[in-house]
Amino acid sequence: MKQSSAAGRLATLRLLAHRFAFLMLAVSAFALMMLGKADIVLVEQTRVLVVDALAPMLEAMARPAATVARVTSGIHELANLRAENARLREENARLMRWQTVARRLETETMVLHQQLNVVPDPDPAFVTARVIGDLGSAFGHSMLLAAGSRDGVRKGQAVMSGEALVGHIAEVGVRSSRLLLITDINARIPVVIESTRTRAILTGDNSARPRLNYIVGNPAISVGDRVVTSSSGAAFPPGLPVGVVVSVGEGGYRVEPFARRHQLEFVSIVDYGLGGILPFERAPPDRRRRGREE
Amino acid sequence: MKSSVWVRMDTWVRHLIPATATIFLLLITVVPTRLTAFADIAPMLPLMGVYYWAIYRPDLLPAWLAFAIGLLGDIVGGTPLGANALVLLLVQGTAAAQRRFFLGKSFAVTWWAFGLLAAGAIALDWLLVTLIVGRVVDPAPVLFEYLMTLCCFPLLTWVLARTQMAFLLDV
Repeated sequence: MKQSSAAGRLATLRLLAHRFAFLMLAVSAFALMMLGKADIVLVEQTRVLVVDALAPMLEAMARPAATVARVTSGIHELANLRAENARLREENARLMRWQTVARRLETETMVLHQQLNVVPDPDPAFVTARVIGDLGSAFGHSMLLAAGSRDGVRKGQAVMSGEALVGHIAEVGVRSSRLLLITDINARIPVVIESTRTRAILTGDNSARPRLNYIVGNPAISVGDRVVTSSSGAAFPPGLPVGVVVSVGEGGYRVEPFARRHQLEFVSIVDYGLGGILPFERAPPDRRRRGREE
Repeated sequence: MKSSVWVRMDTWVRHLIPATATIFLLLITVVPTRLTAFADIAPMLPLMGVYYWAIYRPDLLPAWLAFAIGLLGDIVGGTPLGANALVLLLVQGTAAAQRRFFLGKSFAVTWWAFGLLAAGAIALDWLLVTLIVGRVVDPAPVLFEYLMTLCCFPLLTWVLARTQMAFLLDV
């Protein structure tokens, strides 16, 4: 009798301990949310360390996935060969016309540059990195890249796929880094509408099509307008293609990015020698700061 | 009777399988699949793993492990730290508390209950992320992610059940 009551007490105690542990875990989850919100360096460093440790494994898993994707896309392409051929022929004819225009403009620009003594834009340095993680989630749009600080990647650098802007580097580890896509809810990109030079901020909201906010200047934005980066904030070099306006209406101005997220296997991390979108990584030169105060 | 070192080691390794399988599911969601639909709305595979093991082997995937896996998900996924951890912790807690209800019930019941629980989990996740980020997260992809998760459940449960049969039948 005595023994059984002791065992019962022990069981109750164990249950209490179990409940307490559960509660403590829930409380620590909230504490972590607070810490993360406070944006302290420690949290970011921990994230970077863990991702760095996982990077080799993710890279090993990404390779077979890439092979499978290549095979499936190969089959898909074979099936659409005829239609694709016709489309390409049409596009080629159109591009040939453009080539003529571009040649003429190139000569014209060269002559103008010479006459005006224009200082040419420096050629950007870049690193090409494999995408090893695609975080497909409704709660965040980012990717993990297999290049880090040892490869010269810095926070805030622009990431491009071909000629289109994909996003920017948000966290850098030694051998991996996180790319924040322009569709992520935390992404803000200063842009201009190419034809009207209307300035705006492209704001992601975790949907496939980010929205144009804080529109300054000519508000006549129509479907089909190209959106390129602007130099405001010295975050990105001006003129990188971002996307095209696809809807103007109740839901605001929506932009379809040029970069096809699901097709990305390699991306270029481009160093334009700018401060980047996250200014605390490298302080802007004094001159610029003083200019702002005046 | 005292079992030999090898037997104990074998049991120990087998006991690691639920946690390892769930972490593997987490890593699978991260692998770039280059499928159009998958890129934006990958199903929440770790959620299913936690749910399954909470019902069938709660001793091998306790609350703290669910918490840790959720935290790992937050770290890898770049979502606010702690959100996923809390969600998985609560899913584990709820499922493990109600497991007597599930044992011996048909698969449809398990699926239906998962539907309810996953809806709660994903809604909580949405609420937490919205509160932390300070802006409303577009609910449409969240809904699709939920539906995707629900559709993947039978397949994944089959895989997990096979895993359990293969490695954890009598340990």
